[in-house]
Amino acid sequence: MTEKIATREAYGKAIVELGNNNKDVVVLDADLSKSTKTALFAKEFPERFFDMGIAEQNMIGTAAGLSLGGKIPFASSFAIFATGRAFEQVRNSVCYPNLNVKIAATHAGVTVGEDGGSHQSIEDIAIMRVLPNMTVIVPADAVEAAQAVHAAAQLKGPCYIRLGRSKVPVIHNDQYQFEIGKAHIARKGEDVTIIACGLMVAEALKAAEGLAQEGIEAMVINAATVKPLDEETILESVKQTGAVVTAEEHSIIGGLGSAVTELLAEHYPVPVKRVGVTDKFGESGSPEELLQHFGLTAEGITAAAKEVIKRKK
Amino acid sequence: MSNYEFLEKKAKTLRKYIVEMITEAGSGHPGGSLSAADIVSVLYFKEMRLDPQQPKWPDRDRFVLSKGHAAPVLYAALAEKGFFPVEQLKTLRKLNSPLQGHPDVKHVPGVEMSTGSLGQGLSAANGMALAGKLDKASWRVHVLLGDGEIQEGQIWEAAMAAAHYKLDNLVAFLDHNGLQIDGAVSNIMSVEPVADKWRAFGWHVIEIDGHNYQQIIAALDEAKGVKGKPTMIIAETVKGKGVSFMENEVGWHGNAPKPEELDQALSELE
Ligand SMILES: Cc1ncc(C[n+]2csc(CCOP(=O)(O)OP(=O)(O)O)c2C)c(N)n1
Ligand SMILES: [Mg+2]
Repeated sequence: MTEKIATREAYGKAIVELGNNNKDVVVLDADLSKSTKTALFAKEFPERFFDMGIAEQNMIGTAAGLSLGGKIPFASSFAIFATGRAFEQVRNSVCYPNLNVKIAATHAGVTVGEDGGSHQSIEDIAIMRVLPNMTVIVPADAVEAAQAVHAAAQLKGPCYIRLGRSKVPVIHNDQYQFEIGKAHIARKGEDVTIIACGLMVAEALKAAEGLAQEGIEAMVINAATVKPLDEETILESVKQTGAVVTAEEHSIIGGLGSAVTELLAEHYPVPVKRVGVTDKFGESGSPEELLQHFGLTAEGITAAAKEVIKRKK
Repeated sequence: MSNYEFLEKKAKTLRKYIVEMITEAGSGHPGGSLSAADIVSVLYFKEMRLDPQQPKWPDRDRFVLSKGHAAPVLYAALAEKGFFPVEQLKTLRKLNSPLQGHPDVKHVPGVEMSTGSLGQGLSAANGMALAGKLDKASWRVHVLLGDGEIQEGQIWEAAMAAAHYKLDNLVAFLDHNGLQIDGAVSNIMSVEPVADKWRAFGWHVIEIDGHNYQQIIAALDEAKGVKGKPTMIIAETVKGKGVSFMENEVGWHGNAPKPEELDQALSELE
């Protein structure tokens, strides 16, 4: 069985490594440090950790100021609050002045589970992606999440890292090298391209295995950097396969599916099916139940792949 | 049975339902639900004019649970009052249940506003109070805030607005239990001197023991006599009140009891 680790766990550890390597790294949280795992950093570097209380807008504004003071702030909360509550602070105090602020948000998507729709962010990719200067990273597993945190610290400028609450399969080994802006071809195939991010990459690989049994070879692309999207890798693949499925734990409006369809509509229109939450809010339930409920599964991807292949001329 | 004994019994029932439903759900927020149980008991079983048969009765009094994570105390009160069957409490936080992890006005009769994102409920309560004023209605609006919750800036925007619009049909309770998630409110982001803050924002402030029925009732009565100002009742409470091992324990903010812990809790709530 593959090991399962939550990407927020990887973030908590990576941020401590960063803290050791670079004394300018500072961390802010909004009363959720045990859940976001910034408590690990707080324990190691109490003087460089700021718990701002339940005040996400102030947290983002303060992070902006810290970056102007030469620090590299990582601000964390649940995705719904870090991007939603503080949206306009992210826009006008971080992205507009193009400041070196990292927003590492956990509990993204429906796998928040029992807390329900009020807490399940399925629009954060959309509202972060739309902001000029913002880099958006959605790691697929703990290995990629750790590397993304280090890469974000190297990057100059605003960066959003989307992390999850639930344990997800580790799909990458130590050899894996994440690079901002580079999509990773996780599996080769000629019949259909599946472009996924986050925990849907593992589902896409599962779907591809099943499809192979039926003689359908799917290429699986892990588009961990949703912005800037790796247009070259995607277009090259799509020119071979001529059909695309996107898969994300997010609304089908505005997220990875939208980014890919925008690219294809302008450069290489082919049949596309977006797998994601179909213009609905989340709800209470266990993470596994909710993934099933919203069709965020290998089965959902498989059905979509067959549909787009059928639609090929 | 005296009025107080009746309310105490109701509060005990609410506390029992709270620990039972959270255990059954396997997740949820017992601490802040238990700290508010006495206040909620007075509101639902003495103070507010409500008709469970007509949840949308236009002349009803309103209650907004701004600290929405305390949903179990609200669901317990609504079920006990007859808005829906007590049996349904078992479905808390389960797929397809109306009883979502945080209250949702779309699904539950008697819930007045969807909450869960902290800091937003006072604004909604203000809006309700403004609507009541426009209609010259006699119904009143009550809202329950957490002491960590009032760290949100929107709370103070709303505090200003309620005083500016002289919302004397609005009563806020502050569940002053001293704890949030990461620790004591005083250590994480102090809100003190909290009574002075609300006074400075133009509110009539009453400070009480939030587990004393006489004081809760007296404060609500006093609020009704206040003209031209909203009232803030700062209720000193104990997080986890009523279950000894949960009292004043920050770890019981958002943890579900195990079955044996439930047994102990229930034995203390006999
Ligand atoms: C905007 C927002 N930020 C963060 C949270 C996560 N959260 C849920 S409860 C809580 C602590 C609340 O503390 P307090 O208001 O004191 O409530 P109580 O002690 O009564 O449970 C936090 C930070 C949230 N629900 N909403
Ligand atoms: Mg509190």
